[in-house]
Amino acid sequence: MSERRPLLAVIGAGPAGLAATVAAAARGVRVMLIDSAAEAGGQFYRQPARGLGARRPEALHHQWRTWERLRAGLDTHVDAGRVTHLSDRHVWCVERESGALVVHALLGPRQTESAAVRADAVLLATGAYEKVLPFPGWTLPGVVTAGGAQALLKGGLSLPGRTAVVAGTGPLLLPVATGLAAAGAQVVALVESAGPKGLARGARAGAAAPAKLAEGAAFAARLAYRRIPVMTRHAVLEAHGVERLESVTVAALDADGRPVPGSQRRLSCDTLAVGHGLLPHTDLADGLGCRLDGPGVWVDAEQRTDVPGVWAAGETTGVGGATLSLAEGHIAGRSAAARLTGRIPDPDGWAPAARTRDRLRAFFTALDAAYAAQPVRWAEQVTAETVVCRCEEVSAGAVRESVDALGAGDLRTVKLLTRAGMGWCQGRMCEPGVAGVAGCALTPARRLLARPVPLGVLADAPTDPPATP
Amino acid sequence: MNPLRLVRARPGAPFTVTFDNREIQALPGQSLAAALWSSGVTAWRTTRGAERARGVFCGIGVCFDCLVTVDGRPDQRACLVPAAPGAVVRSQAGTGHDE
Repeated sequence: MSERRPLLAVIGAGPAGLAATVAAAARGVRVMLIDSAAEAGGQFYRQPARGLGARRPEALHHQWRTWERLRAGLDTHVDAGRVTHLSDRHVWCVERESGALVVHALLGPRQTESAAVRADAVLLATGAYEKVLPFPGWTLPGVVTAGGAQALLKGGLSLPGRTAVVAGTGPLLLPVATGLAAAGAQVVALVESAGPKGLARGARAGAAAPAKLAEGAAFAARLAYRRIPVMTRHAVLEAHGVERLESVTVAALDADGRPVPGSQRRLSCDTLAVGHGLLPHTDLADGLGCRLDGPGVWVDAEQRTDVPGVWAAGETTGVGGATLSLAEGHIAGRSAAARLTGRIPDPDGWAPAARTRDRLRAFFTALDAAYAAQPVRWAEQVTAETVVCRCEEVSAGAVRESVDALGAGDLRTVKLLTRAGMGWCQGRMCEPGVAGVAGCALTPARRLLARPVPLGVLADAPTDPPATP
Repeated sequence: MNPLRLVRARPGAPFTVTFDNREIQALPGQSLAAALWSSGVTAWRTTRGAERARGVFCGIGVCFDCLVTVDGRPDQRACLVPAAPGAVVRSQAGTGHDE
């Protein structure tokens, strides 16, 4: 190597990773942007595949201009050779090796080969995934996560069904319902288990973040325009169907979070898009030994984790939306660039981003509290036959038995006794549900590998010489 | 309105993949899951235990509900694998290694 400029590996090309990449590349470091998708953007800016020739992709998006700016910034740095964008790379492990950090990634959709990149520092922008709490019928084909419905629509221009119910809790349900409706689905209802009181409390918190308040008002207008009935303080109790979804039962919830007797209604639908909030992806951070703070990765004011050379930004540090992710990514990128080039970062340089970050973090803390303020006793509605662990087909009855008859008192013991969380997804989908049904605390699982890895890849790993591109 | 019209898509030439011996249409760039959904197919796997039907669930490569056999290779995630012209897609039973 003729010129030894420090190399920062940014993992994840969503809002946080892109903002970090652009900020760091503009300040004298080389950046390797590593992402699992074919195109940059992450889940928030997921694009229709190029072959689909979308001439108006912004019709399915929010904050499109911000995306255009980010993409232009990325393209400029890629063209100038400051940034390498490695797409279709599924990072499964980051390890420290003689002063450097080695990033291991599986290649392509088949994920049977691995390649390694050696970097001076790593910035984790791995985002979040959806939490779905179990209920009878949630394994029927036609039931998808709210984010999954959005991914099929945004990325594949494929509508999951003709008549949809969007249900669960949290702000993500709003763009999913309006997006499906705009694309031609009949959205039968938006079923939100939080009540109007809680949401009003969230709106008051929004006074500190006026843009968020305006966003909420815009969604309310869009729901009205699309004539989507909104049922607050309601929940889907059961999904019905034989080979696929045919209808759902919804009910009003009382002040204690239990279904109001006699309030049950059947809604015909061929799709149920359901979600109960998001969980940060923390596997890579955890593997590196980074401290977690609640469900997310702990970071300092510069977005540094407590492990030297490792930064984190965006939803992996706590779920709070794209604007917060952009602010955190920007700060992390600037901090990493300064530290890697031997300078002390000047926080004054990113003061506007820091103000945005502080304001939005406070807003989302209040919003979370608003959504969580009113109890929802969903676990009581989960029948003994209901599958709670989808991969291993473990029923709620088996989980309850492990607690009541066998004395399991924590998630790990439940897992050992029932195999809940031991399947393909390693508990990513079932962990909150199993914890709720078992009455155990939800503690983030420790997963040695962030993705399932073929044994052949593991066998080859030690001889795989990490390349420094 | 449909999604293609909403974004004024001018997709490349559609092509076919076979799914359990019948031809379905796919558009360039679509994942297998998107192509199957667009053709009205929602289930393409039966589980190892109770042999229950499953299709796409998380849609972003986190769960493993959408496993499918592609060109003889089982356990491919339909939400991640792009549809390719002439691909032979089969419903997957159990672990996919039983046949």
